[in-house]
Amino acid sequence: MSNPIRQTFQNLKKERRAALLTYTVAGDSSNKQSLEILKSISNYADILELGVPHNTPVADGGQIQTSAYRAIKNGIKMNDVFKIVKNFKKIKYSKPVILMGYYNMIYQYGENNFLKNCKKSGVNGLIVVDLPWPENKIFSKKCKKSSINFIQLISPTTSKKRLKSIIKDSHNMIYYISMLSTTGGKLKVSPRKILINYNKIKKIDPKKNCVIGFGITEKTISKFKNTDGLVVGSQICKEITRSLNNRQNPVINVSKMVSKLRKKIS
Amino acid sequence: MKLRKGIPVIDQGDKLGFWGGKFGGNFVPETLKKPIEDLEIQFNKLKRDKKFIKERDRYFKDWIGTPTRFIKLNNLTKYIGGAQIWSKVVSDANGGAHKIYNATVHCLLARRSGKKVIIGDTGAGYAGKMLSMAAKKFGLKCKIFMGAKDIKRQQPNVKAMKKNGADVIPVYSGSQTLVDAVSECMRYWVANCDTTAMCVGSTVGPAIFVRICGWSTSQISRELKVQLINEFGEVPKKLKLYNCVGGGSSSFGFWNEFMDYDKKQVEFIGVEAGGPAKSKRHAAPLTYGSKIGILHGAAQYVNQNNDGQIEETESISAGLDYPGISPLHCFLKDTKRARYTAASDEEALKAYQTVTKYENLRPSLEPSHAFSVAIKEAKKLSKDTIVVINSCGDAYKDKNILEKKLGKKYVKSN
Repeated sequence: MSNPIRQTFQNLKKERRAALLTYTVAGDSSNKQSLEILKSISNYADILELGVPHNTPVADGGQIQTSAYRAIKNGIKMNDVFKIVKNFKKIKYSKPVILMGYYNMIYQYGENNFLKNCKKSGVNGLIVVDLPWPENKIFSKKCKKSSINFIQLISPTTSKKRLKSIIKDSHNMIYYISMLSTTGGKLKVSPRKILINYNKIKKIDPKKNCVIGFGITEKTISKFKNTDGLVVGSQICKEITRSLNNRQNPVINVSKMVSKLRKKIS
Repeated sequence: MKLRKGIPVIDQGDKLGFWGGKFGGNFVPETLKKPIEDLEIQFNKLKRDKKFIKERDRYFKDWIGTPTRFIKLNNLTKYIGGAQIWSKVVSDANGGAHKIYNATVHCLLARRSGKKVIIGDTGAGYAGKMLSMAAKKFGLKCKIFMGAKDIKRQQPNVKAMKKNGADVIPVYSGSQTLVDAVSECMRYWVANCDTTAMCVGSTVGPAIFVRICGWSTSQISRELKVQLINEFGEVPKKLKLYNCVGGGSSSFGFWNEFMDYDKKQVEFIGVEAGGPAKSKRHAAPLTYGSKIGILHGAAQYVNQNNDGQIEETESISAGLDYPGISPLHCFLKDTKRARYTAASDEEALKAYQTVTKYENLRPSLEPSHAFSVAIKEAKKLSKDTIVVINSCGDAYKDKNILEKKLGKKYVKSN
């Protein structure tokens, strides 16, 4: 069977639409609620990124940190993250799920054991924020063997030489970080500049699907609709926090937001 | 795993920056790869550049004030009645602690690369204070990230930073101590690495920062070696070097020049922070057998739970209150070149009382940990053994804690 991530991009190419990727943190604000959120937003989102909460995140801004600390405070463990994915996949098997997190969580679980459980629960891809190329060479090969998409990250600081090597070693999907920022930063680079870099990546290998993340919100998303895909994370995490603070149901509010996002690129 | 002779330890890492094949490395977001590589190229070139070394030495001498004193603690030696007790008074350095060496080198590098802003983390406030001093000296803007808990307990250093014109940015996430300050500082660098230089305050972080810091603090042992030979005509036959270990910058610098000596001749003893005697929490990953994990870009022994969440630490000394430890020390531990142990909060306080009772020396709470173990062990050692403790910080910054714990009489004013 073809990897659902690849399949999703193929289907969307036919629709001539960019993929909408969402990022939420596993266990935010509870294991049950994060599953409900996944179920609900999967009606609008094409690929679901699920953050593995970590307490020393070196690339996440305030909103995602808040979500992660909330989940950790509620006692989430790695096995709970797998359970959430497994339960989600029971109802939506073909909807791709990507786990995103920091390497220490994988390292402590054991790389092989981690991949085994990814497979068992239905995880389709992995983004490991602090395992760059070439440090990720061995692990990304292991992922490939387990039919799990290891998603390489590229940033505006990535040199030309690195760019080529990273794309060459990448699997089906690549993640372009739009600007120098932690997650949740305001878009401080013009969309035109971001698209120039995006096109550089596409030129090297047009077959690889490249999604853009960081600074993508309801306000900015439509400017990038002619790309392979877009990731919205911090704005969703912020909406969860806002809903909780106002004693509203985050599931409903977040779904509304994701539905709006989807309309903006449809 | 083997420690090689004739090659500086900071240069014994492999291509990916791992010491002993498993400690250190560069576990960083893609965005930081380029600035780290730029810094590597710059540092590798400059550390072989005679003009740069001359420039460094000039600032070390005229501005930091080298060499710092090497003194015999006669009264303490008599009181203990074992080995001869000496101290390398690194707190003589401009600013009052060893952190000035690393801060100065980072500012020199930043100035050369045309960066206008330098950022840094701090726990006890020394790294921040020194960076703010050096930044002011070299005309750089400075931002210091500091845990909110540390800001409260290390006010004298916070005041000094502000006086030097630095922005002190409180960090409220997590345990609100050094670990969170380093995370926040790295995050700021991720977002601003095109215009801003980062100084990591200890021998921790991505490999290049470990190397630059170790290279900078090694000034301490270069001086000590000369001072020992002046005093004894040679490096003593039985020499023991005691140093506190938090991130590990002062201890590494205190030992580096003696690395190739047999450990029977020159023994290294690193003293970690054991935390309050009654608490399970500590900041002593080497002593208490913590597992290897990734923290702030490097693989190291680190306090963490089974899942890989970094655990909160507890120590009376903000400068040692860090869940991880330099990859260099992990390497020295596993190659058995250095021995590591811990002292509790109470033991450190007691050692502070003893030292200040007998000597005109006022080690901060960090080196008081080292004094505690040295005093205990020196009793059993022969009279021809030379024990040297690195008094790497001055207790002025601890006056509030000391007053609270020991009463006013232990706090001299200045």
